[in-house]
Amino acid sequence: MAHVLLRLARDRSALLGLILVVLVVLAAVLAPVISTHPEAVWDMNPANRLKPPSGEWLLGTDRMGADIYSRVIYGARITLLIAFVAVGTSLLIGVPIGLWAGWNDFWIGEALMRISDVFLAVPQIVLAIAIAQTLGPSIENVILALSVTYWPWFARLVYAEVRVLKNETFIEAAIALGVPQWRIVMQHVLPNVASPIIVRTSIGMGFTILTAASLGFLGLGAPPPAPEWGRMISESREFLPEAWWYALAPGLAIFAVVMGFNLLGDGLRDVLDPRLRRAHDR
Amino acid sequence: MTASMLLEVCDLRISFATESGVSRVLDGVNLSIGRGRIMGLVGESGCGKTTLARAVLGILAPNATIEGGAIRFDGQDLLSMPRHLLQRDVKGRRIAFVPQDPYGAFNPLFRIGAQIMELMKWKSPRRQQGERGLGTLLTSYPRARRRADRQAALALLEEVQIPDPERALRKLPGEFSGGQRQRLMITMALLTAPDLIIADEPTTALDVTVQAQILKLLKSLAKDRGVSVLLTTHDLGTAYEICDDITVMYAGQEMETAPVAEFFANPHHPYTASLLESLPDPTREMQEIGGEVPSLLSPPTGCRFHPRCRHASAQCSTARPSVSGDRRMVRCFHPQPPRQEGCS
Amino acid sequence: MRILALIAKRLLWFVPTAAGLIAVVFFISRVIPSDPVALLAGETASRESIEALRTKLGLDRPLLVQLFDYYRQLLQGDLGTSLFTTRPVSEDLLARLPATIELTLAAMLIAVVVGVPLGVISATRRNSPLDHVLRILTVGGLAIASFWLALILQLTFAMKLGILPLQGRITGFPPPAVTGFMTIDALLAGRWDRFTSALAHLTLPAVTLAVPALATVVRFTRAGVLDTLGKSFVVYQDAIGIPHSLIVWKYVLRNALTSTVTQIGLLFGILLAGAVVIETVFQWPGIGTYAFEAILQSDYAGVMGFTVYAGGIFMLANLLVDIAHGIIDPRGGRT
Repeated sequence: MAHVLLRLARDRSALLGLILVVLVVLAAVLAPVISTHPEAVWDMNPANRLKPPSGEWLLGTDRMGADIYSRVIYGARITLLIAFVAVGTSLLIGVPIGLWAGWNDFWIGEALMRISDVFLAVPQIVLAIAIAQTLGPSIENVILALSVTYWPWFARLVYAEVRVLKNETFIEAAIALGVPQWRIVMQHVLPNVASPIIVRTSIGMGFTILTAASLGFLGLGAPPPAPEWGRMISESREFLPEAWWYALAPGLAIFAVVMGFNLLGDGLRDVLDPRLRRAHDR
Repeated sequence: MTASMLLEVCDLRISFATESGVSRVLDGVNLSIGRGRIMGLVGESGCGKTTLARAVLGILAPNATIEGGAIRFDGQDLLSMPRHLLQRDVKGRRIAFVPQDPYGAFNPLFRIGAQIMELMKWKSPRRQQGERGLGTLLTSYPRARRRADRQAALALLEEVQIPDPERALRKLPGEFSGGQRQRLMITMALLTAPDLIIADEPTTALDVTVQAQILKLLKSLAKDRGVSVLLTTHDLGTAYEICDDITVMYAGQEMETAPVAEFFANPHHPYTASLLESLPDPTREMQEIGGEVPSLLSPPTGCRFHPRCRHASAQCSTARPSVSGDRRMVRCFHPQPPRQEGCS
Repeated sequence: MRILALIAKRLLWFVPTAAGLIAVVFFISRVIPSDPVALLAGETASRESIEALRTKLGLDRPLLVQLFDYYRQLLQGDLGTSLFTTRPVSEDLLARLPATIELTLAAMLIAVVVGVPLGVISATRRNSPLDHVLRILTVGGLAIASFWLALILQLTFAMKLGILPLQGRITGFPPPAVTGFMTIDALLAGRWDRFTSALAHLTLPAVTLAVPALATVVRFTRAGVLDTLGKSFVVYQDAIGIPHSLIVWKYVLRNALTSTVTQIGLLFGILLAGAVVIETVFQWPGIGTYAFEAILQSDYAGVMGFTVYAGGIFMLANLLVDIAHGIIDPRGGRT
């Protein structure tokens, strides 16, 4: 474990990724401290609307007169919350399913994989839009929509790995020696699938954030006045090109955090499993 | 070293940069191959014979450094030749290659006819200096020459006993057996009418039953055409089968060179003698050479065999004797006298 | 013959997958809090008339029955009638399909034509400054929110610089529709001005859509080429003096592409996903905007129809990819 971190530290871009992620997390946690107008995030102050960046409003103000900088900082909370919970849930659903389906040869496992194929067949956002729209715009529904559409990625991944592992000689040996199955899974299988899972988690964070932002942009995310980044960008549309700052900040924030997770994920992949030359996909 | 030698490797020193340090793989190796002669380069794994072969071919790994020495091919030093000339005139054309792994040497996605003709397009003996095109990708392949090249290829395929050469050209590499693939490699090597073929353990990856066939084939074809061969192998039996001369290497140094008969009958170097003694003999117990092959990261000084040698003296750890003679050469301060009885 | 077997296998595969997909979306779209039938009937409609309408539309029967009815309908090629446009869904989608295909193909073209060579160069000059720059750019390309990029590009090129149009497919009258691809139709009609207008309108959306796809293509190609460069046939060809550029661009690339080609199916997924959002931003009249509007209006038939279309396009793309793979790699097995 320690030597993994050490090798990771040597990779400059992975380090950059880690720094970006940590910065965003810190920003979210310390939001009240580092934002300049914490009280103005949800307030309406029409007198200040659409002011360009200045000393007082670091990134300008939006259509309601709220400080964009502060809103972006608070928006990090929403984004990270959605991402962590959605990916976490997908993990908690997908990994056990994948493990179970891969390890046991019941037809149900195969069937579950076919179902997950269905989810993988159509782009995640299409399904997520359908679900989110059905349930109405709110943070919880976005999380739900994203979890429901992302678990198949984990399930498939784990399933494939378990299938391969099952044929490995050392597993056959363990079974032959009479080691109880749950033990084999816990002690031998799980650690081996941990690496791809970790990599996919990091990369999944990035993609989930983008999808969540897209949903917000389409109006399906947290309702106003929540400072959700995607929605902020959508709001800015009607005020372009004059209020150019309005669209810039939230977009850059998205870019920074997704970039961070992607770089981190790439670095983790290089360190944890260099032989993994598979598709660099979502 | 006389001028009539086709290949002369002089004092070649090569090291590799590895994670654990600098590995001194070749330590002043000398080798000479006469025209039309088959030289067997024999040694255990890691002795540097493959590195030597690759140095001549110009395909050393990127982490290799040539620390010194020369490789004289027909009088010219390959190490100081400009790369584009080496690429154009020497590689493939005058020095050919039969690799160890016939499975990997072909691109699995292209038919072998296409791959052979690609080789001929650039390296056919019929290729004229004047042929040119706009850059590599647009150079033309004149039809007349192409036909002639194709005929030559078919003829050679028959000689190496590939069944139905016309159909064979249209097949993919995967459709041939290991032995057949090696025959194809030999074909490719000979089609360009080279002066020297480097065969790097050409039969190691093959079944035992097929090995002898391939070796005999290589020998007869080379002799017919007066082509020299540098054959590397870890198997003394292979060397005995087809070589005219044998050079033994140990840990990056050459120990002894001799014509094959003398080599087996009358080895002078202690290492060679021990090697021959260690060959399985039904009349006595298996003999071994005590000790282990040294690490090339911190090799012994002087003669690298001295820690395991019965006859070593203080001199042996400080320096090595210089090279003398070309057909018969021993680099040792204590060469062994001729034996009373011949080696089995 | 092998190709026919491939097609047959793919089609067989598609049926249960499609059925499952349809079922999933079907159930989702039916679980809607708001009641579109009531909306359709109008504000002043009484309860009885709403229920009567519901029965007339067949929406009061058990869900499973409705689902199998839908399957039956599908097999007859009928995608139902949109509750809101009152036109058959298949008609609506078909009319809009060429726009989406044109956009997607343009983006794919950019991604492949630019991406593959960049990937090869990145791999052959591994760890050079160029390689590092490319790697950063590709990671960045996958980190940009496409709708945001669309806005920024619109802001820069359409609003501030004014050199490219803001949205839509064309300014002024479209050329007579032959293929549905305005660029091609304009050329076919010999109208250069129409062509330039259509091309200009196509540029921003296609480039925006292409960015994540381009990044993906570069990464795959780079990985594939690096992988292949380690193989022994490369060493052999070098030893026998085959020119380096030939080794890389003719032989190595082909091997590397075998894995890249299978990723194009994935690419298509990315493009299709992106199309929904980007069409909305650029007001591109394709099936993406149709889907979005259908969802917003709880138009069952519209949503289902789009899903079937999306699935169908996806399957077709994967089939073509498999065929292409079969051509590039004549060994006839999955690598």
